[in-house]
Amino acid sequence: MSLTTAHSVVAPSANSKRIAGTIIVLYALISIVPLLWIFATSFKTPPDSIAYPPKILFQPSLEGYCNLFTTRTRQTPDYINSLGPATGFCDETTRKRNMVIAGPSNFLPRFVNSLIIAFGSTFCAVFLGTLSAYGFSRFKVPLADDLLFFILSTRFMPPIAVAIPIYLMYRELGLSDTALGMILLYTAVNVSLAVWLLKGFIDEIPREYEEAAMIDGYTRLQAFWRTVLPQATTGIAATAIFCLIFAWNEYAFAALLTSGTAQTAPPFIPTIIGEGGQDWPAVAAGTTIFLVPILVFTILLRKQLLRGITFGAVRK
Amino acid sequence: MLNRTAENVARATPEPLARKVRGISDKGLAWLFISPTILLLLAINIFPLFWAIYLSFTNYRANRPNEVVKNLGFANYQRILGDKDIWIAMQTTAHFVFWTILLQTLIGFTLAWLIDRKFRGHAFWTTIILVPMMLSPAVVGNFWRFLYEPQIGLFAYAISFVTRIPPTDIQMLSNVSLAPWSIIIVDTWMWTPYVMLICLAGLRSIPEYIYEAAEVDRASNWRQFWSITLPMALPFIMLAVLFRGIENFKMFDMVNLLTGGGPGSTTEVASITLKRQAFESWRTGYSSAFAIILFVAVFGLANIYVKALNKVKQR
Repeated sequence: MSLTTAHSVVAPSANSKRIAGTIIVLYALISIVPLLWIFATSFKTPPDSIAYPPKILFQPSLEGYCNLFTTRTRQTPDYINSLGPATGFCDETTRKRNMVIAGPSNFLPRFVNSLIIAFGSTFCAVFLGTLSAYGFSRFKVPLADDLLFFILSTRFMPPIAVAIPIYLMYRELGLSDTALGMILLYTAVNVSLAVWLLKGFIDEIPREYEEAAMIDGYTRLQAFWRTVLPQATTGIAATAIFCLIFAWNEYAFAALLTSGTAQTAPPFIPTIIGEGGQDWPAVAAGTTIFLVPILVFTILLRKQLLRGITFGAVRK
Repeated sequence: MLNRTAENVARATPEPLARKVRGISDKGLAWLFISPTILLLLAINIFPLFWAIYLSFTNYRANRPNEVVKNLGFANYQRILGDKDIWIAMQTTAHFVFWTILLQTLIGFTLAWLIDRKFRGHAFWTTIILVPMMLSPAVVGNFWRFLYEPQIGLFAYAISFVTRIPPTDIQMLSNVSLAPWSIIIVDTWMWTPYVMLICLAGLRSIPEYIYEAAEVDRASNWRQFWSITLPMALPFIMLAVLFRGIENFKMFDMVNLLTGGGPGSTTEVASITLKRQAFESWRTGYSSAFAIILFVAVFGLANIYVKALNKVKQR
């Protein structure tokens, strides 16, 4: 018997493949429905969004996005008629609901806060993480395993429990509700992931490269800078994206430690309300804008995903 | 060629920097590289932890910073261990952890096992399935409130479409017996892909020749599954279970947004109790003691986890 037929003995039969494929596709489609619904709702008008039965086909509208970025006040029809012609689409839609735009909403500043805090903390965590990971990977550090465990264990603490003393500490230091305070906190949480992931990546780079470079007269630091870092680019990029996603998605710390100027998008989005309760199209619009970057990153990361979610424990 | 690159690289390093660092020993460099991380963790994690330990022995209240702080000894700890509400919250947490892990492991492993058939297009569909776990539990959890709305919500509508129960009767978030399940459903939806991905790695780590040998020995498919597939994937399943266990023990985002611990306190998990005590009742000393107890519990879990992790790594 040749090798090829031996292989086919254990390969799944065409029939079992078909059944497996059908079940997986069904599961994938059902699990994606909530996300499609968010996307669809963001293009509905408020009456369409709360229609019964739920509307699958509807006239798309940008009203949700208008409401997301503006605050509105109710006015009498007389007052609205006395105004000049509507300027732009949002103005017109708002007036049709007997309202006028009062000003911009807080969504944009909150979104910008999310960007600043996520990118700031990611940069710091990856910077510190790369240095530490190299240190742990290449040098004999006393108590290395204990230190690594210590670094990881900080990640297991319940955020609410950490938040109590952090809240008091930040109040003393004047860091409450500041972007700097949030960047420091997220850096501390993310650095554990960065160290563990990057240590795995750097461990995979053969030491021979640096040794060769050092024989050529490089110092250790030059060898690190010129040979290890370029080789670790993929690992560093993947780690950065994981840190970014964590900081971007984080809610518990943000909800407890920020309330105004430094509030990020996750605690803000649930507070978007219209007249008579939650303005679901606006919430859906905010959610859509918030989720799109993550979707892009997930697709970019899909080969490294497993490694990232297991702190580098499982590689392939 | 190689030599020239090296020369270029050496020239590229600024001379003063090169002179300065040439003197640093490997040991010095190791500490230079590691200490910033350790210092940051000491400042943001360890110092606050010790502060919390100190507070846990006092009657301090964060909303009355000028009041005289009294030392209570172990009174806070004694009160927590005797507090019926705390025990109920711990039970609620255990209930959540048990059901979410059971469902996620069963569904996750089944999905991984099916994907491992490598049907056409499996890579694409796997990526689709993975999407929910990357999203913010808070932002997406918040939207599930809309899906759960009786009558206008898509979830309630779909259930009533299938079961013929009037859609106004499906009060997922306000019905005492349904509210816990509403959270379990969202958590399972979100994190099953996580378990699936780790299980898939486990299944793919099983070398094909073992199945070939079993085939030669005429072991049935059933037998192969129970004596090869499952035992060899088990360390990976365990890893997933431990990860989810620790994460769900801390569960906060989704519960806070979906039910806020309600109705009443039916979905009040430990994190919610802690938040209510610390940031609504402002019993800082008391809640610090509870936080310390939770730390110890999580630390124990983490220890077990790291041991299991090393076991998986050795393979």
